[in-house]
Amino acid sequence: MQILLEPLHYEFFRHGLIAAVLVGALCGLVGVHVVLRGMSYVGHGLSHAAFGGAVIGFVLNFNFYIGAGVMGLFAAILINQLTKNRKIKSDAAIGIVTTAIFALGVAVISQQRNLNKSLESALFGNILGITDSDLMIIGWVTTVTMIIMFLTYRPLLFATFDQEAAQIFGIKTEILQLLFALLLTLSVIVAMNIVGVTMIAAALIMPAMTARMLTDRFSVMQLYSIAIGVVIGAGGMYLSYFFNVASGATIVLFGAFIFCFSVMIRHIREKITLRTNLHRHGNLIHSHPADNEHHDHTDETKNDKKC
Amino acid sequence: MNPAIQLIDVTTSYENNVVFTRLSLEIEAGQFVGIVGPTGCGKTTLLKTILGAQKVFCGQVLLNGQPVDRIRNKQIGYIPQLESVDWSFPVTVEDVIMMGLYTGKRFLPWQSKEEHERVEDLAGKLGIYNCLHQHIAHTSGGQRQRAFLARALISHPKLLVLDEPTSGVDIKTQHEILHLLSDINSQGMTILLTTHDLNAVASHLPWVICFNNGIVAEGRPRDIFTNDILTKTYGSDIIIIEHGDYHLIANSTPLKFNHNT
Repeated sequence: MQILLEPLHYEFFRHGLIAAVLVGALCGLVGVHVVLRGMSYVGHGLSHAAFGGAVIGFVLNFNFYIGAGVMGLFAAILINQLTKNRKIKSDAAIGIVTTAIFALGVAVISQQRNLNKSLESALFGNILGITDSDLMIIGWVTTVTMIIMFLTYRPLLFATFDQEAAQIFGIKTEILQLLFALLLTLSVIVAMNIVGVTMIAAALIMPAMTARMLTDRFSVMQLYSIAIGVVIGAGGMYLSYFFNVASGATIVLFGAFIFCFSVMIRHIREKITLRTNLHRHGNLIHSHPADNEHHDHTDETKNDKKC
Repeated sequence: MNPAIQLIDVTTSYENNVVFTRLSLEIEAGQFVGIVGPTGCGKTTLLKTILGAQKVFCGQVLLNGQPVDRIRNKQIGYIPQLESVDWSFPVTVEDVIMMGLYTGKRFLPWQSKEEHERVEDLAGKLGIYNCLHQHIAHTSGGQRQRAFLARALISHPKLLVLDEPTSGVDIKTQHEILHLLSDINSQGMTILLTTHDLNAVASHLPWVICFNNGIVAEGRPRDIFTNDILTKTYGSDIIIIEHGDYHLIANSTPLKFNHNT
């Protein structure tokens, strides 16, 4: 216990830990929809666009979050509009829009020949430089996102599962999509300070994919994903402290380890289920769940061997 | 009384290609109608136009006398082509049925007691009660179709629209689905479906529309399933074999295999 309490004596670690836990929960929640909508690449793209926006904002003397937010949202809306044309697939739209905005940021930097500290943090992540105001913004974004996603749980689930049917049933899918794009952009921007532009996709996808390995129910997947995001964030921070490795990279590596572990658990669980359900009746080998009411095992088959 | 569905001089397009022009169609309330036609003839576009999910160039689409784009609660049950469903999505049969209630006013994620009872009651009527808690991918083709039918029916729609409900299922399941739809229709619901299975239409549906970028013919299957109309619809020679009360439809030029080689 002492070993876990020791780093908490340092303010930079306490700030970093709170930020990592909040962003872990946020990415865990938003990531579920990102993964299930087949938009895994979008987090990566949006972070690049937000970085481009942050650079432009820096040149124009705007706050980091305003530059990144405006450009990130602009990119999300543009991608959404472009993919309405069936000839432009979402991965192509993400590649074109976000890389172009990122390139604009790089072009501006090359002119300025001066990379501000906050831009450097956004590029590679700097969780140890989290300030009180950063924490406040992360806290607000996490709370607002969680409330909105709680209140729109039902239409969001329907639209994520079957967008066309949801629209026909009367759900305002266009508004919902824009709302989700806004929440995703905000999540990406606050997560940029933790893991950096280059690793943000992993922070969004890993908790959700790990949760997917553990359950077949959407509601449970969301709860698992939030919890896993928190564990990855907190675990990554402690590992980063003890091994003296960059915190963003450690969080992502720890997430990858947890994901591999969940794949292994799923594999073992499937093997056990198959072994439990597999039966032999004479020459017939078949499988069914143990509680199947319709399957009548007669006395004749009682002596049959399990495979 | 207004027809359940009315298209007046409707022209629509898909990806810059005009699918049909100046199409007019009327379907009375309580009818059970099948739309048949070759792949790519615009059947799904026609359904989407009726559902208000497809923009029209000109003309009017009316449901019970009101323009479809102005109706807030359309009271339509829709079942998409099951080939378009992502079966790996983490939902159970119960979750899928519940989606039919997600357009209501309740915003809490969990089910109310009343919703839970409605889902169980409908699942029982459709014979999928035992698989309510199964992942949707772990059910048979017939159970999946019934789950989506339950999702469409749970909000008590007046019109039920199905896009190829008989594709991808075996002949017994096809027969069961069409009988189930016939039972639902007998309770007064208007049903419109598309299908490729002419024999199923001939033996189960009272009214059919032959469609190929426009209406070729419409009427009772025994009246319009003629060599002339089906050849016009499909652009290939089709023969009709009469067997008692049944019409069997087949392609007139089947492939012949040389079994000696």
